[in-house]
Amino acid sequence: MATEFVVHGITVTEADRRAAQRRVVRRRVGAVARYALLTVLAIVVLFPIYITIVNSLLSPSQIAARPPVLFPTDPTWGAYADAWNQGSMSRYLVNSVIVTTLIVVAQIVTATLAAYAFAFLEFPFKRTLFLVFLATLMVPFEVTIITNLTTVVNLGWYNTYAGLAVPFLATGFGAFLLRQAFLGVPGDLRDAAALDGYGHLRFMVRVAVPLARPAMAALAVFSFLGAWNQYLWPLIVTKDARYRTLQIGLRQLRATSIDQVNVTFAGVVIAALPLLILLVIFQKQLVRGLTAGAVKG
Amino acid sequence: MTATRFWNRRRREAGLGYLMLAPSLLVFSVFVFYPFLRNFYLGFFRTPPFPGLPQRYVGFDQYREVLTSSYFTNSMRVTVLFALLTVPTGIILGLLLAMLANQQLRGIGWYRTIFSSTVATSVAVASVIFGTLLNPQVGLLPWLGISTTPSILENPKYALLAVAVTTIWQNLGLSFIVMSSGLQAIPDEIIEASEVDGAGSGLRFFRVTLPLLSPTVFFAVVVGSIVAFQSFGQIDLLTQGGPLQKTNVLTYAIYTALRGEQNEGKAAVLSVALFLVTLVLTIAQMRILERRVHYGD
Repeated sequence: MATEFVVHGITVTEADRRAAQRRVVRRRVGAVARYALLTVLAIVVLFPIYITIVNSLLSPSQIAARPPVLFPTDPTWGAYADAWNQGSMSRYLVNSVIVTTLIVVAQIVTATLAAYAFAFLEFPFKRTLFLVFLATLMVPFEVTIITNLTTVVNLGWYNTYAGLAVPFLATGFGAFLLRQAFLGVPGDLRDAAALDGYGHLRFMVRVAVPLARPAMAALAVFSFLGAWNQYLWPLIVTKDARYRTLQIGLRQLRATSIDQVNVTFAGVVIAALPLLILLVIFQKQLVRGLTAGAVKG
Repeated sequence: MTATRFWNRRRREAGLGYLMLAPSLLVFSVFVFYPFLRNFYLGFFRTPPFPGLPQRYVGFDQYREVLTSSYFTNSMRVTVLFALLTVPTGIILGLLLAMLANQQLRGIGWYRTIFSSTVATSVAVASVIFGTLLNPQVGLLPWLGISTTPSILENPKYALLAVAVTTIWQNLGLSFIVMSSGLQAIPDEIIEASEVDGAGSGLRFFRVTLPLLSPTVFFAVVVGSIVAFQSFGQIDLLTQGGPLQKTNVLTYAIYTALRGEQNEGKAAVLSVALFLVTLVLTIAQMRILERRVHYGD
């Protein structure tokens, strides 16, 4: 007859106890296996970034050495100075910050105004105009470059900040996103504000915008990433280091430092660092911004 | 309230509405709708071989010529192949990582950050990293025992695959984030209920998780395809459309027609084609979103 235990008032047989033990062991083995799998995948995902950082700290001959140096025992920081100064990465960084700031601030302002009109005001052709905004989502920017280049050249904006930023100062997606958020503002609040003598502008700034803050943050992240990562347009609309953005500057740096791969790698780190830092600080907002289209619709 | 006051107020409200839409509408007219419509028009004119000569009206001849040329059909084939190589793999990998990271394990936050980390890489950053790592002189592939002649990015057989791998890696962070938020939106009770019902993990994935995740997956397929059809930076930095046009995706073909050949007419016809493809994909996306709005999030 099997031994019986009484645990917390429940009778447990020896067999039950063994089975429970086996389950604990199996769970522990499972956990180890899961960590192992997660760690292997993490290494695979991170390896290109890791080797980039390592190579930026080596000399070109060390980079070419086989087997490759996987840990910099004697790091040199010269490549960063070269990329930053002679490679103009400092200039490109400033240009990217200026252009991105212009675009993000302008998109938030224009989208807020448009979204407010669509959500709170009544006027003829409102539906039609809203469809016009949605229609812009159907036209990929790549399709407009031929004439936009001509327009920008004719306006005298070729190779200027205006040329880089002006085509992107409004966003149909942003207006759509913020309109959804504004529609969630309770009608009672509007009535109460009207009784307090609030006009539309005061209500927008004091009530609607603060209530829509999560959507605003999501839009800010979304337009920031879009503007910061642009490639095709800055490539065709700039011609020298004065206005080239970080992405196009990196292309230029690689072309001019073919015999100094370490400088190229240092340039990559400089180009990636701002977003990496923002990712760590604003992970939550970033996730919300990136999934604004996917999850909220 | 007297009738006049009512109408005055309505008129003022309409005026304010139009004023608020005006900044966005101005940008859209000049930089979205005008260049978009002008593409169709430009397609009717043949660009002269030497600048300065007048453009010649050729009706639909240029459309017929470009759209039946091997330059275009090859480019379409390459673009579709590129989408097929990148989109499903990217989604499956993102989903796999999301499921692994969606467990209650200590330190799982670190893994989540690592798996999201490639959202911080722009197309330029990812392409310069992979371009250098795949380089036959300084790259790591020969050391890993993978060497092809000609080298991988100059090899008609493997160049597109290499560009696809770069793209998948760059988009993995985004795919992970989107799939994770999709998974987290599934109520725990549903998963628990299926566990109680004795569904094994395989059955649970295909019968419970995947169907509930299908809107997210569909969305990712459509958006991923649109993004794939607009890919440009990785081609410009890795292969310039070569070797033998094996990586000449549609957007790069437009760029080459515009900047390399200075042929606006040809570039315009190609842009119209890119628009039509994107239109089909966007309509599919809206259908999916609409359905999701009806069933509620």
